[in-house]
Amino acid sequence: MRSLSEIDTISKRASKAKGFSWGVAEEIGKCIKQLELFGLPGIKNLNQYLKIYDQNKFQKIKLISKSNISENKFHCPISLGIGFLDQIKSLEKLKSLEFNKIAYPILFLSFASRASEVLGKKILVKLDEKEFILNFNQSIFGNYSKNEIWENANSVLINFLDNNNSFSEEEWKEITKFANETFVEESDELKEKSAGAGLTDND
Amino acid sequence: MEVQLRSPKEIMKLSRLGCFHQSKLSFLRSFLEEFKDWKYSRDLFELNKEGYGRAVYSFSKNNRTYSLICFANELKDNERSDRVIATKWDAAFVLYDGIPNKLDIERLNENVPKQEVGRLSYKELTLSRANRSVRLFNEVVESLSNGRQPDKNILSKVGYLYRTTAVYGSGKFGLADRFRVKNRSEIKGPFRLEMMLVYLVRQFTFDQINHIAKNKNPKKFIELDSEIAKGLGIGNSTGLGMAPFIVNHPTLLNNWVLARETVLKEIREIENVDKNQFNTFITCLKKSIKNVKNWNTDSIFQKKKIKQLSIDLEKTIKYLETINVNQKFLFNEIYKWAENQVCDECLEYLVSIFMEPFDEIVNKFKDKMSSDEDRYFTIPTERKTSELRDILEKNYSDILKLDFLKKENNYNFWFISKNKEEPRLGRRFEVNGSELEQPLAIARDIKKLYEKVIVTKNSLPIAEFLIENDDLRHVVRRAFIIEKFPYSEILDNTIGQKLMPIDMLRFKLSFFGAIKFDPRSDKWLRICMFQGAPLPNQLNNFNDKWVYETLN
Repeated sequence: MRSLSEIDTISKRASKAKGFSWGVAEEIGKCIKQLELFGLPGIKNLNQYLKIYDQNKFQKIKLISKSNISENKFHCPISLGIGFLDQIKSLEKLKSLEFNKIAYPILFLSFASRASEVLGKKILVKLDEKEFILNFNQSIFGNYSKNEIWENANSVLINFLDNNNSFSEEEWKEITKFANETFVEESDELKEKSAGAGLTDND
Repeated sequence: MEVQLRSPKEIMKLSRLGCFHQSKLSFLRSFLEEFKDWKYSRDLFELNKEGYGRAVYSFSKNNRTYSLICFANELKDNERSDRVIATKWDAAFVLYDGIPNKLDIERLNENVPKQEVGRLSYKELTLSRANRSVRLFNEVVESLSNGRQPDKNILSKVGYLYRTTAVYGSGKFGLADRFRVKNRSEIKGPFRLEMMLVYLVRQFTFDQINHIAKNKNPKKFIELDSEIAKGLGIGNSTGLGMAPFIVNHPTLLNNWVLARETVLKEIREIENVDKNQFNTFITCLKKSIKNVKNWNTDSIFQKKKIKQLSIDLEKTIKYLETINVNQKFLFNEIYKWAENQVCDECLEYLVSIFMEPFDEIVNKFKDKMSSDEDRYFTIPTERKTSELRDILEKNYSDILKLDFLKKENNYNFWFISKNKEEPRLGRRFEVNGSELEQPLAIARDIKKLYEKVIVTKNSLPIAEFLIENDDLRHVVRRAFIIEKFPYSEILDNTIGQKLMPIDMLRFKLSFFGAIKFDPRSDKWLRICMFQGAPLPNQLNNFNDKWVYETLN
């Protein structure tokens, strides 16, 4: 089994060899390591992408806006990912974003996952019919778990999720009741003898 | 009285870093402190008469065990090389996480002797190999097998029976990633597992030499005297492989130096120094001179440094004999005197020995010398270009004065060799390969970044600056790191004509706790580790100033 350290180093060097700058290659190394840690096929997809990177001219986006449509070319997942990560604080204000045509979308997910950590918010990413919730770069939860090369997605929808509870107030009250069953009912005697402060504190 | 931390612009120059010495903060000393109450045992020792075979040593406590597995193999003299291009060694070692079973040992026997071309698993923590110091090894075997202890003068010239030529950890060749073990309290300090491996290898060298001598002449043989064994360490040959490490791990570099600098600051701020504390300091200093006198090297560069160190140490001791030890802020006075009166080599030597009486200060920092580097990796892209400019001007002012159009400032380049995947340094204008340069020319790239930043709109967010300047992304990241971690950067030119790469190696090795730096060229050196250290069966009761107690 390859260690995560090897995965980071090899991804970085391979990306540099294919023309990315050292700084971007460092980002790629970290992202692929994170994908593999989460059980997603990072090396498989990066390897395939790098094989065709200098043959196909991918769309490289500069400033990301609410709607990002490419007429012909597929978006480069690295360029899009770096831009998304770098611009995340301003993009959050847009609440949601859309792109079309992205190559090797798994690679983009890793940058978005890091952006979720920077933002302190969960991010919902829909890649065609597949959905992923990115949890502060601690995990990626989704309805996709294939160990395969995923060449492209035609539509990308991104929503920044507010920091809300996943449960209702009623459910919270109910479970709190159970938790409170670990407490001891206080008699007058216990109130007097077991608390640190006095019963009245009017001094 | 508040003493300021020494400025990074003074300390982080290569010539100064190349003057650092071992101290109480050094990793091999903190390793021994941490593991002194662990149970040591030799679990397996299956060597033939010639000393070839397998051995297993372990440290255990509660439910945790670390096992060193040793594989000793026959090696012809013409196959023995300390260079990284070697493919065979006298012995190969791996530190295993737990107690290995027979299948593990068989699997490792197939891989560990192959080193870089073998594969390890997440159950293995560190990997190494070593060669005998042949002349000394044979002489010691000869002596012991004839019933006499070896000549201490001969031993002191070398100081070890085996030299390691590499120690690998942190995920290399399939070894366990750091994240798997980093939360274990016993290995919170940096390089603890590498230190454990080297320390147990040292014991193997003693056991092996006794075993060979005994088999050579069972009737006359005597065991190597334990006091003599204590005076022997493990040698190490270190090449350029170590140099990029300190560039590639900026927050770790910061935490090492910051710990040292903060300890020095706190010692200088002590208003009333106890007489016993001063006595401990001066005793260690006087005893340590024996180590300086026995510091052998053929390097003219190092010989000059040792000569000046010896002169300045004598001068310091004379000064200390006349000093009023009751004066307030005694160590601050000594430091200020030394700053003006002795060379950098001696000044940093004194800084190390200042620490000896002050466990309560030093111990606070031992566990703060690691770093969770990923936490500081992401660039704060919402910041403005003007802020980046201010950071560059504040932290890299000397670097910004360098002219990289001058050949002497752009003389070298760092690359990775295809054959061994190891770092190398080439002359840019004489050899091929500079188009594949590694990102280790930080000074040059910082200067390039500054030239871009000063012609960019102040209010431009870094996110937008990076769109047009992604070739500088690696140094933008470093600039925002140095803002928070002032000792994170070597503030010197790592590609200049005057570069002495061994300064980088020596700096790192001093934090390991190495002594007797012996440069063999400007690109590699030999050192000694654990010389004078207690043997494993003495760990439950040892003098923590052992480094100054060597017989040699």
